[in-house]
Amino acid sequence: MVSQQAALLKPETLIEEFKKNGVTHIVTIPDSETNYLYELMKEQAWLEVVPASREGETFAIALGLIVGGKVPVCLIQNTGMMESGDSIRGMALDSGFPLVMLIGYRGWNRHGVITDSAARYTEPFLNAMGINYYLVEQDEDAPRISVAFEEARKNNRPVAVLVGDEYHGFNR
Amino acid sequence: MFHPDDMFQAFEPHRGDSVVIVTGTAGRRWRDISNNEKRDLNVHGAMGQTSSAAMGFALAQPDEKVVFFDSEGALLMNLGILATTAGMKPKNFFHFLMDNECYATTGGQPVPNSQDINYAGMAREAGYAATYEFDNLEDFSTSVGKILSETGPVFIAMKMVPMVENEPIGMRKRSPVRSRAETIKVIQEELGITVA
Repeated sequence: MVSQQAALLKPETLIEEFKKNGVTHIVTIPDSETNYLYELMKEQAWLEVVPASREGETFAIALGLIVGGKVPVCLIQNTGMMESGDSIRGMALDSGFPLVMLIGYRGWNRHGVITDSAARYTEPFLNAMGINYYLVEQDEDAPRISVAFEEARKNNRPVAVLVGDEYHGFNR
Repeated sequence: MFHPDDMFQAFEPHRGDSVVIVTGTAGRRWRDISNNEKRDLNVHGAMGQTSSAAMGFALAQPDEKVVFFDSEGALLMNLGILATTAGMKPKNFFHFLMDNECYATTGGQPVPNSQDINYAGMAREAGYAATYEFDNLEDFSTSVGKILSETGPVFIAMKMVPMVENEPIGMRKRSPVRSRAETIKVIQEELGITVA
C-alpha cells in the first residue's frame, strides 16, 4: 500500500507563486482534484481564469494572451498535456515565447510501482518535446515554480512544472 | 455560395482599425485585399487552434476589435472554442466562418455532414451574443457593417465557393506570406504592447 505524503502543497502557495511572477491569466480545465485551487484563483482580483474546453486550446489561448501582452499559465492534467501535442508544438514551442505549464501529475507516486500509464508517459512525452520540467510535491518545493518562470523567460520556451500531489490535490 | 475574394472586398471598407486574423485556404486571399497590413495578425500554428489564439488575443486587448475568419474544417477540429468563447464573452470578438463544405487544401473532400450541419446554430446554442448566416454576397454586403458595430462575441457563418487545391503540396506555387513572428512584432509595435 502506498503511504500518503506527510507535507502539503497548499493552493495558497501556488497563488503566491503566480502573483510573484506577474501571472495575469490561468488558462485551465478544472479537474476534481483542483477544486479548491480553482475557487481560490477565482477570488483573486488580479487574476483571470480562462476555462477552456479541451487542453490543446489552452496553449493557443495562451499564445494569444502573450501576443497581447499578458502573462498566462496553462494549468492542465498530464493526460490533457499529451492530447495537446500538436498545440504544444505549434503554439508554444514554435512561437518563441516564455510559458509555464503547470501539469497535474496523475498517477505519479514516489514510493511504489507506477501503474497508471498517464504517469508513465508524462516525462518521456516532455523529453520528446524537449521541454524541461520541475517536480513540485509540497510547499518547500514551490520556489521551483519561480525557477521555471526564470528559465522560460531566459530561453523564450515553455517550461513544465509537474505537480505530484495526488493525495491532497489542492482540496481543503 | 459566394467567393472569398468578393466577401473580403465587401468586408474591407468596414474593417476600420480592427485586428484581422485569418486561417484556411480561403483566408490567404485576405492578404491581397487588406488595406492595413500592420493590423493583420498571423497566429496560426496548430490544427484548428487559430480560433483559440485569436480569442486569447481578444481577451488580452479588450479595447481592440478583433475579427477572425475561421474555416469550417478548422472549426470542426476545435468545436470547443464555441463554448470557450461564449463563456468568456469577449465583447470585441467577431468570429466569421468561411464554410466551403470541404477540405479545399487536400483536394476538396467533404467535411463531415458538410451540407446539413448548422454552425451558426451551434454558436447560438453555445451562447454567442448574436449569430448570422449568409449564402449570398448581396445580403452579406448590406449587413456586415452593422454586424461589426454590435457587441460580441458575434458569429457569422458564410457559405463560400471552395478554392480547391489538387497539386501535391511540394509542387504548389506559394506567394510570399509574412511570418507569424513578423506579424506579431509589427502588431505589438502598432498597439504599443510590451511582452511581460
